[in-house]
Amino acid sequence: MRGRPGLFTRYEDASAILPSGTQKVWLGIGLAVLVIAPFIVDRATLILLATAVVAAVGAIGLNLVTGYAGQVSLGHAFFLGVGAYSAAAIGGQPEEGKELIALGLDLWISLPLAGLIAALCGIVVAPVALRLRGLYLALVTLGLVFLGEHIFRNWTQLTGGQGVGREPATLSLFGYRFDLDGSVLGIDLIREQQIYFLALVVMVVMALLAKNLVRSRVGRAFAAVRDRDIAAEVMGVNLTKYKVLAFAVSSFYAGVAGALLYTVTGFLDPNAFNLFLSIAYIAMVVIGGAASIAGSIAGAFFITLLPEVIENVIHALPIDAETLFTSISTAQIERILFGVLIIVFLIFEPLGLYGIWIRIRNYWKAFPFSY
Amino acid sequence: MDVVRDRLLSEVLPEAGTSVEGPVLEVKDIHLSFAGVKAIDGVSFQVSNHELFAIIGPNGAGKTSIFNSISGVYEPQEGSIRFMGKDILGGKPDHIARMGMARTFQNIELFANLTVLDNIMLGRHLRMNHGVLSSMVWLGKARKAEMHAREVAEGIIQFLELEPFRKSYVAMLPYGVQKRVELGRALAMSPSLLLLDEPAAGMNTEETEDMARFIMDIKRELGIGMILVEHDMRVVMDLADTVLAIDFGKPIALGTPDVIQRNPDVIRAYLGQDHAVVETGGTE
Repeated sequence: MRGRPGLFTRYEDASAILPSGTQKVWLGIGLAVLVIAPFIVDRATLILLATAVVAAVGAIGLNLVTGYAGQVSLGHAFFLGVGAYSAAAIGGQPEEGKELIALGLDLWISLPLAGLIAALCGIVVAPVALRLRGLYLALVTLGLVFLGEHIFRNWTQLTGGQGVGREPATLSLFGYRFDLDGSVLGIDLIREQQIYFLALVVMVVMALLAKNLVRSRVGRAFAAVRDRDIAAEVMGVNLTKYKVLAFAVSSFYAGVAGALLYTVTGFLDPNAFNLFLSIAYIAMVVIGGAASIAGSIAGAFFITLLPEVIENVIHALPIDAETLFTSISTAQIERILFGVLIIVFLIFEPLGLYGIWIRIRNYWKAFPFSY
Repeated sequence: MDVVRDRLLSEVLPEAGTSVEGPVLEVKDIHLSFAGVKAIDGVSFQVSNHELFAIIGPNGAGKTSIFNSISGVYEPQEGSIRFMGKDILGGKPDHIARMGMARTFQNIELFANLTVLDNIMLGRHLRMNHGVLSSMVWLGKARKAEMHAREVAEGIIQFLELEPFRKSYVAMLPYGVQKRVELGRALAMSPSLLLLDEPAAGMNTEETEDMARFIMDIKRELGIGMILVEHDMRVVMDLADTVLAIDFGKPIALGTPDVIQRNPDVIRAYLGQDHAVVETGGTE
């Protein structure tokens, strides 16, 4: 309806992902920034951006199980690790003289399989959530991270072992190598740009699928399980099924994210999938906004780019950072800030970045009136 | 202003109701106890189509326990519950819901972080069957089912006069409106039997009037069996076809509202023995 953008005459338009024109414009601006950014920033920042895009996929996954279905999971790092090593084993190139599992298969096989194997692990773990909730579930999933760390350190055929590591999956899609410099449509792209765009496409597709999921029958069932599990059951939602589904879908996202996560740095460290990684993802969800797909993406960028920002700020300080922070490293400051940020967001902005966005939006909606 | 609806409830919810012969629900001699406390002690009754069956009794008499037993939240130790001709004792709540039973709760049990629309759409959960993958792709069957669910939900929103609150989060809404949303969510299931646990509790006169009107409309337009637990005796006596009075988990009277109102045991249970004696003394 021209001239009446707020008027819907079909239910399909009213329940669209982006019902209003303004939202479409904002999405367009966001995508444009993401497409242009890799041509502007330097290589180090580009690596961070690529990591952020991949992290967004993982954050969406965690938000599905924790934000939407309400099952607190501290085990996300484990599923990321499962995805990373599954992809490396299936898609890695066999090397002479090394006894690593590497089947050398194409990305269109290794990437979905990495997700599926992680999802399978999620299904195995999910029954715990049928018995436990809240803190108790968090503690059990926390145990998963330690279990994973132990396996990753000691299964040397898969991971290369502690201090050795291995290369992640080779990014070869139908023979096209994303992990080398190349050119697409006549535009020369360096390795990092190629990986970035691959990740961006995966992220956009996965975000769209997640958005569809949460506005559907399944997404409503997740939210029902989170808000009132007894009422959900009386309305016909099978608790067992939906808790298992939530873990499976979430782990699938983690698996895909894990498969791509370290491809840009080109090195998989068995120690990487630790508790701190899990907490970083929880931070993405909490700071971005629980039960929001856009929030997950914002949170992933925020948390991934945070260390860079902190470092720049410290370097920009007029005092000598080396003498000031002799006993604390930048990494430690980062961790402290994570904690502080989570607490601050939980107290002042429980809806996260998404909540801040809503507030800004509502302010301008009412402008120039105050109320 | 008179609100005119486009569609009758039976057009919005054509699947509601049942074709089963005989009573929709048959409860026979159920006993439920929690570690020595007898919550239900030998209650039997049956509800048929088009019947509004009310259960009354003082606080703690076991009314909500009966509801929880019927809908599968509790499992009585003895007795039998047959719904639509099938034994449902020990069945899981979602399984019983699938057979066509819907309920509302005494203390509102809405999904607080969902909108009114989503709460009612959730009531359509069992009437759709697309899974994770087709939901994610949002094409064909899933899209069609979602749009149909939306249409049904809008019909219910119109019936319950919830239009202004469609997109509001239920946690923000007034109590009376939340009660209506809960009724809408239960209706969306297109049930054959509807359990209403104190639908008018905590409501003011106008809201109670509205709720009574909705219940009467549901009965007239859908013709489904309903069980009502309610403390507002005027509502019960006006609406119910049959009333069961219980006290301490035991049935004390069963009959039409007129009969129940005059039953001395019911008066005693509600007013207490002493008061009853004083009252008798006063009328002499």
